[in-house]
Amino acid sequence: MDNSKIGHHISGQFNKELEDIRNKVLTMGGLVEQQIELAVIAFTTGDMEVAERVIRQDNDVDAQQMEIDLECTQILALRQPAAFDLRLLLTVIKVINELEVVGDLAERIARMAIHVSDNEGKNVHYFELQHMADLVKDMLHDALDAFARMNIDEITSITGLDESVDREYGSIIRQLITQMMEDPRNITRTLNVLWTVRALERIGDHACYICQHLIYMIKGEDVRHLSQRELELKVKK
Amino acid sequence: MAAQDVRSHAIDMNSILRSQGKKGMEKNEACIKVENLNLFYGEKQALHNINMEMLKKRVTAYIGPSGCGKSTLLRCINRMNDLVDSARIEGKILLDDANIYDKSVNVAALRRRVGMVFQKPNPFPKSIFENVAYGLRIQGINDKRILEETVENALRGAALWDEMKDRLNDNALGISGGQQQRLVIARAIAIEPEVLLLDEPASALDPISTLKIEELINELKEKYTIVIVTHNMQQAARVSDYTAFMYMGELIEIGTTSELFTNPQKKQTEDYITGRYG
Repeated sequence: MDNSKIGHHISGQFNKELEDIRNKVLTMGGLVEQQIELAVIAFTTGDMEVAERVIRQDNDVDAQQMEIDLECTQILALRQPAAFDLRLLLTVIKVINELEVVGDLAERIARMAIHVSDNEGKNVHYFELQHMADLVKDMLHDALDAFARMNIDEITSITGLDESVDREYGSIIRQLITQMMEDPRNITRTLNVLWTVRALERIGDHACYICQHLIYMIKGEDVRHLSQRELELKVKK
Repeated sequence: MAAQDVRSHAIDMNSILRSQGKKGMEKNEACIKVENLNLFYGEKQALHNINMEMLKKRVTAYIGPSGCGKSTLLRCINRMNDLVDSARIEGKILLDDANIYDKSVNVAALRRRVGMVFQKPNPFPKSIFENVAYGLRIQGINDKRILEETVENALRGAALWDEMKDRLNDNALGISGGQQQRLVIARAIAIEPEVLLLDEPASALDPISTLKIEELINELKEKYTIVIVTHNMQQAARVSDYTAFMYMGELIEIGTTSELFTNPQKKQTEDYITGRYG
């Protein structure tokens, strides 16, 4: 891990505090990644125990968010950080918010899994759904990896994946609509699949938001609300 | 050298503002321009080729580690370094486009235009009234009505009138340190200077008196161009519009305070304001 950006303070204690916060964000990120993985397993296999575990894990994610938030508040109040240190803390506060929302989305998928299994039935769209889940998991993983390394060289290749996610989302939605039109008895079950696919698509968006926060942290430029092309130009600059 | 590219464009503050997208500020005129300033104490060079502008009715803060030359640069602006025998100066400082180091300049007249307040409050051992009236008296103004009016205005300007109006004849050495510092500021503004130089004005004061001074600086910039040297970076961040970071006698970076404290362009600035060893 590259410590050159957060280390080297005259105050060794400050170095430790920042390092501690970074490690906690990565732990929280790891937990959220695991939540997505398990939620998708629960949905595709109908394993209720796994679904319950994802729902329970969300409490841990929430607790970690509050703990990191508190630590950031204390550092802001006691150390009055400036420049990169300030941007790092602001970014951490935003990133853990994104992670918390992703955790909630994973929880929602787990709840859908319970619902779908209650309402019977195999679903033919698990293959596409699995593929989309793999894509967004990779996006989140790479975003957290960029945060760990404090390096945004590859960041636009992560945000670029969001277009593929959106395409898959559109294609699954079209298939689901066809299914519902073919047989209205499918509607309840299909809607559950639709909510799940929607949650995955949102996870991809939140991974992109994390990337934008990281660009702000490293370059000091607010790149929210820019197109992929504009983003690439900014990062290259 | 890192400071090289700063030198090439630091001279035009407006171009910096343009580059930072602060278009609304472009109309500001420069009050003080420092051009190719070098200062030597004997053999030792204390300032290296400084180029910068300070805009009218704005607060510019100098920050940097001890010995970086920020107080020296501040003292150049009203020629206080003339009092140091070994000091030798090259280059120009333009106040409203006239070089203050020109041979024809009357230093006493210059110091009337450029007032200065030091780290330790230095009231005269006289009454509060006479402290503020002092500048006028040495100009030969003794009209009681004018003196009273000026003293009241200056004390009001220094946010001290309400506290002092009933004790104008008390000895100035008997009031608190924070009040003394504001009294000294009142004394400086009584002669209506154009520029106020503040050298660590709050470093000997408690936090509340410090906040009062900072609030006062905020009010004074309506009328005066202010340059402040401070070791307290949060103070620079709170009170100034522009901040200049100096290191080892060189101007490393100057820019709007908000930009400099959130996204400095030079690594040396970043290391200093985040408390790192470079």
